[in-house]
Amino acid sequence: MQEIWVYVECWEGGIEDVSLEVMGKAIGLAAENGMKCSAVVVGYGLEEYVEKLRRYELYRIYYVVDELLKTYDPSTFSKSLHQLVTAYQPAAILFGATYNGTDVAARLAVRTGAGMIAHVIALNIEKETGMLVGDVPGFGGKIVAACKCRPGALQIATVRHGIFNPPEKDEVPKAEVIHFTPQLQKTDTRTVLVDRKVEPRKEISRADRVVIAGMGTGGDLTPIRKLAEKIGAEVAVTRPLADMGAAPRDMQIGSTGYSLKSRLAIVAGASGATHFVSGIRDVKTVISINTDKDAPIFQFSDYCVEGDLFKIIPKLVEKL
Amino acid sequence: MKIVVCVKVVPKIEQVRFNPETKTVDRSKATNEINDADKNALESALQIKQKLGGEVVALSMGPPFFEPFLKLCVAMGADDAVLVSDPVLAAADTYATSYVLAQAIERIGFDLVLCGENTADSGTGQVPPQIAEWLGIPNISYASHIDAVDGKIIAKRTVRNGYEVVEAKLPALVSVELGSNTPRFPDFKRKRWADREFRLKVWTAAELGVEFDKVGRLGSKTDVIELKELSTPERRKELITGSEEEIAARLAEIIKAELT
Repeated sequence: MQEIWVYVECWEGGIEDVSLEVMGKAIGLAAENGMKCSAVVVGYGLEEYVEKLRRYELYRIYYVVDELLKTYDPSTFSKSLHQLVTAYQPAAILFGATYNGTDVAARLAVRTGAGMIAHVIALNIEKETGMLVGDVPGFGGKIVAACKCRPGALQIATVRHGIFNPPEKDEVPKAEVIHFTPQLQKTDTRTVLVDRKVEPRKEISRADRVVIAGMGTGGDLTPIRKLAEKIGAEVAVTRPLADMGAAPRDMQIGSTGYSLKSRLAIVAGASGATHFVSGIRDVKTVISINTDKDAPIFQFSDYCVEGDLFKIIPKLVEKL
Repeated sequence: MKIVVCVKVVPKIEQVRFNPETKTVDRSKATNEINDADKNALESALQIKQKLGGEVVALSMGPPFFEPFLKLCVAMGADDAVLVSDPVLAAADTYATSYVLAQAIERIGFDLVLCGENTADSGTGQVPPQIAEWLGIPNISYASHIDAVDGKIIAKRTVRNGYEVVEAKLPALVSVELGSNTPRFPDFKRKRWADREFRLKVWTAAELGVEFDKVGRLGSKTDVIELKELSTPERRKELITGSEEEIAARLAEIIKAELT
């Protein structure tokens, strides 16, 4: 029986949300198509997470473990995965489209001659052929291409955040753990990690309510933060603000950042560029404030306010 | 230090239209431009050259209309430009594209390859690590800052909720984050020279000596089966007017109603 693998990333914040989301989808696809779903963990000292994964509806967990995999390096990670793929021959591997997921998947695709469909927002298996079909967004997210790998090779897909739901957990750990020691030499490691600083934070794609700052704020997020605090919302930004360094990339909404599924988004001082509005497509209610009455953002809003956010937001905060 | 910068010419995404009848993307009315993140990569390369000396070569694969954009790279400060252009290379996916670019980079010769983190049209960010794999060199992706010293590259790269500082020995490939610097404007005199006198190198697939079963549509590992336009959800587009007080009061009502 063929296997679909899910590459599970672990970091200081635990198991990546998107890895579990992809797993949720893969478990469903495997069950519907007479396949088995397994997880792959690559690293060192990750036993705790491997044990946690045993509670999901998985056939196996391949734990690719070596001291040389302690820190992320695209060369050693892709080389190790290549060896695992050669040994166990899965039909497909799915990755979360994270920074490292995209990176290692791309190198693995060249190493194995695999087809790779990237950043998909929908994923299915074609009944007649058993092949994966993924919807790949392009042109800022307004057009999608349904893509399929060519037969006869490994299939790789990377999946965007916040698209699928994580799987249910079982009471008892069931999945079998396969320890796999890759053949690696010290010289295989091509990059040296000098420093790393991360702050575990909740992922914005699952937020219920969000206040989004655009360039109209000039990088001053004070009113945005106050409003967000008042209504218990997360703060997010458009791409130019993240470029400016006003906020980290993890707070960026749009086709190159995160997509929202929130109940409410308040968009302040954003013009409504194509790459941004694809990130608020699935928001239930959008309120926008912009000084330019012709700003494209109003075409993507339920409630439109032509005005100065620095004047309106403080008054709004008082009234909430 | 010899730096090859990969650039792509992309349509302005706002101006790209979808034809629902033919199910094709209509780029004919869209203005083309150098992909933004690639300009950041070029700027990084020029800064490294300023510091260490050397040579910067802009490289692209695409149709002949890319030529003026490569000349623009030269006007910005690149020393040379190479366009790999051949109908046989068309309709390539990232696998076939990265193969051709890697072959061209090898031919040009390099210490460092810089790419934009991704492109505005497809935006998957796969091509840079794929090029690195073809070349068998280390890669550092999503770099927001790059420094080169003593045959090494040190890059600050964005990761989830933070950053890493990573070092690699040259030769290496680094993909540069969009917006990580401010690309310079072309120098006026240099632009005139680039437009009138500079001759860029145009290589066909045969001249580059690629394996034909690895390029273009034939060499690709994926197929597009259908193009679709994502529908934009219907929005109320209700304009809220009045004094600032009135607007704030009405917004407060709406927000309270939405969140209960």
